[in-house]
Amino acid sequence: MIYAASGLPYRGDPDNRMHHEESITGTPVIGNYFIQNAYRDAATPNMVTVILGDYRSIDTFGEQIVIFTAGLITLLILRRTKRRED
Amino acid sequence: MKRQFKSPIVLLGSRLLTPYIMVFGWYVIIHGHYSPGGGFQGGALLAASILLIRVAGGKQIAKLQIQEFATTPLAIIGVLIYFLTGLVAMIAGGYFLDYGQLPIPGMDPAYLRYTGILIIEVGIGLAVMAILVMIYDNLVRGEDYG
Amino acid sequence: MVDFFLGHYAYWFTIILMCVGLYGILFKKNLIKKTIGLAIFQASVVLYFVSIASKWGDVAVTVKDYNIPVEDVSNYLNPLPHTLMLTAIVVGVATLGVAFTLLIAIYNRYETLDEQELIDKMK
Repeated sequence: MIYAASGLPYRGDPDNRMHHEESITGTPVIGNYFIQNAYRDAATPNMVTVILGDYRSIDTFGEQIVIFTAGLITLLILRRTKRRED
Repeated sequence: MKRQFKSPIVLLGSRLLTPYIMVFGWYVIIHGHYSPGGGFQGGALLAASILLIRVAGGKQIAKLQIQEFATTPLAIIGVLIYFLTGLVAMIAGGYFLDYGQLPIPGMDPAYLRYTGILIIEVGIGLAVMAILVMIYDNLVRGEDYG
Repeated sequence: MVDFFLGHYAYWFTIILMCVGLYGILFKKNLIKKTIGLAIFQASVVLYFVSIASKWGDVAVTVKDYNIPVEDVSNYLNPLPHTLMLTAIVVGVATLGVAFTLLIAIYNRYETLDEQELIDKMK
């Protein structure tokens, strides 16, 4: 696996493919758009909160459903086990 | 945790420390716009401040703080705050969870999005705190200590 | 050659953490130790994604400073992987909670947590 990691591009390279404006096939890439337009859209200095709460808010909603379901699982499994012991 | 010793020193230390952790947790949630933080991180800090008393004191002292059946309605309220914000935005025109159309009078659209993100962060923090305390309560349900 | 080491050392630490986690999952016989190996594996994946999001000569925060103009993009780092990893951490916490619940249910039913004794008792 160390051989595979040596083929990756340098860490912190500004010519990295991820930070370009366009991808290989010609469609626009979204990293630079977020940096340039986050303050203009939501008047908030923190870019990560704007992406989480405004551009990708449905992902955060699904996140809440996931953690709510995990809490309900602990309630239902342990209640049935205790009752079967009686 | 069978055969747990009663230790007043650990209980005194956690009683001194819990209010400061809770105040810092609310600070991290509300200042999500200007410094790193936000909903999930503040919710985890709030849950840590409640769990400190439960681990150090046992079941008798934990009943004085937050009851066991009161965490489930808190979690439901947290998820409902998120959902109702989305529905209000959809009724007033626009997509689901589009904060630019919330019906609050006298603000321009950039400031409306600011307010929408703030309401959502409070809802997320409440839900995460209630769920983490509920997981711990169900894991130690059947034991008979303290 | 020095450039090669400075450019790649972050990836090698992440791979070492990942191998420690894999060793814990595959080669330990107690079920709780396998769960701990799973938690180490999740932490290494989160660390890898956060470490590829930096650029040369940036400020290493994602909060906009009013003195540094925002149109020159190479002054700020990419905020997209940080956002996705917040979600991944919360999913990891939920997974660990469900895993411990299942372990308690297994212990209440079979009275053992060792892997080989469990397979013998289930037959």
